[in-house]
Amino acid sequence: MTRHASQNHSATALPAGTPAPEFSLHSTPDQTVKLSEFRGQPVVLAFYPADWSPVCGDQMALYNEMLSEFQNLGAELLGISVDGSWCHAAFSRDRKLHFPLLADFEPKGAVARLYGVYRHGEGTSERALFVIDAEGVIHWSYVSPVGVNPGAEGILSALEELQDKVEVK
Amino acid sequence: MSGLASKSQLTLPNAKRDHIQGPIDAPVALLEYGDYECPYCGEAYPMIKAMQGHLGDRMCFAFRNFPLVNSHPHAQHAAEAAEAAGAQGRFWEMHDLLFENQDALEDENLAQYAEALGLDARRLMGEVLAGAHTARVREDFRSGARGGVNGTPTLFINGVRYEGPLDEEARLETLIDPD
Repeated sequence: MTRHASQNHSATALPAGTPAPEFSLHSTPDQTVKLSEFRGQPVVLAFYPADWSPVCGDQMALYNEMLSEFQNLGAELLGISVDGSWCHAAFSRDRKLHFPLLADFEPKGAVARLYGVYRHGEGTSERALFVIDAEGVIHWSYVSPVGVNPGAEGILSALEELQDKVEVK
Repeated sequence: MSGLASKSQLTLPNAKRDHIQGPIDAPVALLEYGDYECPYCGEAYPMIKAMQGHLGDRMCFAFRNFPLVNSHPHAQHAAEAAEAAGAQGRFWEMHDLLFENQDALEDENLAQYAEALGLDARRLMGEVLAGAHTARVREDFRSGARGGVNGTPTLFINGVRYEGPLDEEARLETLIDPD
């Protein structure tokens, strides 16, 4: 996948100002998580292509270390990929992740499609970040080249903007 | 964040707070965000040494902590041990010992290294176990996350992130020309 093609994909990602589409996905084999459960606080949705692939591992490991920073800014972090919940469970245990990984598994990639970040040729999602505000509206979105760990800088800036907005009110 | 407010302060060595080797106004400023238990940082360590040998006073090197503690269970104490050695004036000696002994970073090893360096090992381990340097390590980590660090090692050369490979063929010193 070339960078150019990846940019074409990213043009379809839902932009800031769009209401975040509701979803309900498995976080474990017997539990589900709904986006609307988090209304009233910001949510960071981190789409990544696959459990176990090296860059994703680093990205999720970084966010794992950043959790307290996200929580200080009042936000909940949710990872999402098309892997099934048993795969997520093994990956999460191996990497000692302390945040939920959601399984966009059946129908495959349905939530990634709703957010405009499904990669049809590959059958995975883009490496895409969405920061959703307390009212459930997308405040910031970003699609990274699929092989590049986007880091946490953009998420932190977006969450700080949200906090400033709340303080102004 | 104290002392690390602006973007450039996140990616350039800062003589006021960082551990640095070489003159702060050297033409080449190398800033590493690293983790003592990270094997890739261990691979970068001799390359940075070689670069320092090659450039001498034309290079300033600074090290900031970026421990990924869920992946590397010994990384936090190792980072704090280096900071505690720094409190006794021997940061770089401990930094080097840790990278040269990445497979032996248990607390008892840290105490041995402190003794080997002639430090007050009881004080050093007391500080590590009491978390005396936890906030400092966290400040390093936060500054990295702010500055675009997404894994280790991340290197900034004169404030610009170095994205190339770290291997013998791509020796860092060939990438820069301080003259």
